[in-house]
Amino acid sequence: MTRTGSATSDDPAATPGTPTGPDAGKGSAPAPGSAPAPGSASGIRFDHVTVSYGATTVLDALDLTVEPGEVMALLGPSGSGKTTALRAVAGFVTPAAGRVLIGGRDVTGLPPYKRGIGMVVQQYALFPHLRVEQNVAFGLRANRTPRAEVGPRVAAALEMTGMADYARRYPRELSGGQQQRVAIARALAIRPGVLLLDEPLSALDAQLRSGMLAELARLHRELPDVSILYVTHDQIEALTLADRIAVLDQARLQDCGTPHELYRTPRTAFTAGFVGSANLLRVRAEGHGVFRLGTAALRVAEHPGVPGPAPGAEATMCLRPHVLRQLASEDAPDATPGTGGYPDTDPGIGPAGEVNVLHGTVTGVQWRGHTHRLLVEAYGHELRADVGDLRQPPAVGARIALAFDPQDAVLLPGGLTAGAADGRTAPAAGGAGDGVG
Amino acid sequence: MLVHSRAGRIAAWVVFFVLFLPLFALPFLVIVMASFATNWSGAFPSHPTFAHYRAVGGGDSLHALTTSLLTALCASVLALLVGGWAALAAEKLRGGTRKVIDALFVLPVAVPSVVVGLSLLVAFSQPPFLLNGTAKIVILAHTVLVTAFAYQSVGAALARLDPAYEQSAASLGARPAYVLWRVRLPLLLPSLTAAAGLCFALSMGELSATMMLYPPDWMPLPVQIYGATNRGSLFEGAALAVVLMVSTLLVLLVMGRVRTRATYR
Repeated sequence: MTRTGSATSDDPAATPGTPTGPDAGKGSAPAPGSAPAPGSASGIRFDHVTVSYGATTVLDALDLTVEPGEVMALLGPSGSGKTTALRAVAGFVTPAAGRVLIGGRDVTGLPPYKRGIGMVVQQYALFPHLRVEQNVAFGLRANRTPRAEVGPRVAAALEMTGMADYARRYPRELSGGQQQRVAIARALAIRPGVLLLDEPLSALDAQLRSGMLAELARLHRELPDVSILYVTHDQIEALTLADRIAVLDQARLQDCGTPHELYRTPRTAFTAGFVGSANLLRVRAEGHGVFRLGTAALRVAEHPGVPGPAPGAEATMCLRPHVLRQLASEDAPDATPGTGGYPDTDPGIGPAGEVNVLHGTVTGVQWRGHTHRLLVEAYGHELRADVGDLRQPPAVGARIALAFDPQDAVLLPGGLTAGAADGRTAPAAGGAGDGVG
Repeated sequence: MLVHSRAGRIAAWVVFFVLFLPLFALPFLVIVMASFATNWSGAFPSHPTFAHYRAVGGGDSLHALTTSLLTALCASVLALLVGGWAALAAEKLRGGTRKVIDALFVLPVAVPSVVVGLSLLVAFSQPPFLLNGTAKIVILAHTVLVTAFAYQSVGAALARLDPAYEQSAASLGARPAYVLWRVRLPLLLPSLTAAAGLCFALSMGELSATMMLYPPDWMPLPVQIYGATNRGSLFEGAALAVVLMVSTLLVLLVMGRVRTRATYR
């Protein structure tokens, strides 16, 4: 499978007479109010969409815009409403309130078959009684595409997903990953302006999953006009693939931003905990970028022009497990329990230049191949620290010292139950380690 | 296999045969033996003969067989259409309405079939609905009786059908009728043929309602078996029963082959 961008440019040529190839309308939104031509760019807009089952609200006034050609991941735990949001776009649930717009067209009252979407679900749902090519042709036949066009478009869709050699097979004769490719080809064959992916990779094993993730990214490069709504509970998939991520929890939109924004500067404690599983510590501001956690005083990089929390205010400090590193015991500036950290007035620098030292007791050690995850009980919190593969990991019950750099901590105003705050508390730490995930 | 030990498995088989053979298999064997017998006064029948088969091979019995086959075919096709359609229509119903519809379709099975026969006789003996004395009333009675099974088996199959198929089809732009025709019915085909087989077998053996309704020129095989045994020709009746049994099994076997080819999963 050495596919390049040629598949997109071959496609219209193979089907003469097609008014709109996948490249038509590239970079331009459809005229407002007009139904989008197949294959042209069309975004999705949730306008205060609320979905309820009886007394339970499963999606609460969602406002979200997916720009044309954008990949938007809906990320959240199960029951967060992310799948419901996708099904509202597809037309399988009817919002109790609000509107869903596709390409500027209000589709709230339209049945699914009039919406012009492609959809791929977790269990593929390939039609078992049809061959691969018939599956892919299904949408074209249902839409009464001229007979002469069906063949080339099926071939192009199978080619794009690398399944051209399996056209005559039945779905049951394919592996899970191959079935997934056919399902994607089937959805792409109708040239939808919007592609809905509902946990498309969760039925695949880990190795196939990362392969398919790269495939999806490549497909999106080849079809830059297709807006993709990608529902997942897996933050790696969201961080890898999405232009922006919308984080949902308990039927509400918690946060929305680029993967970088969400990872570096989460706006809510939920986002911080869910994306990158940050340690969330309840701290008290002491002014000048110094925060108190129990007996420890911790320093966080201050950003000029951004006022920190007022002294005495409660705040939540987010520390990713991988920003914590273990100090050799002799490096720890003060290993005596109860007096750890710095004097209140002077943050100070440790003997080896360390700042922000946390002392704690190891409660668990998990070896993960390339890292050791240490579970450390410190100041009433259970900290997770991912430290490099250790020759001699600390024993459970040992006292150790962990440290982090001031610019690696993110502060959220308020306690741990903080909801969505206004604005970001700190701008993205510029250039501080671009590797995400 | 729930029984793991060898001895346990042998014991299970022994119990199975001791219970199964006398109850299910041997009575059929007795019928077959009787159909070849001239006389049965000892433990086994004596003087094997084909005379009964020759006797029933004449015009009347052949006519009765085709009558039965035609009735069962019409009744099961009609039942499948009506019951299947009703099951598809009732699928989206919830709560009380669904319960009422379900009960309505079970009604002909719940009441004794003699009552069904009598009610149809009373209902369709006056113009403008004068069906009494025609083949139609027999077919109608059979259809009413077996539709319940078609409705229930198609309904059960629909409940098991993964909604992801029809939703995927709809998202690809397929209208509901197209989805029904190209996706749901093909996926339901195994259940539909199973339901058809059940309806056919039930109709082939229906006696009590038929007895009240059949016109002289539309006498199904079970009625003739009953007539033969009633006038004392036990062995001739047995021969007719064997014909009924074999022809029903043959039709079911053919339908079973259709079913296996239509099984996709």
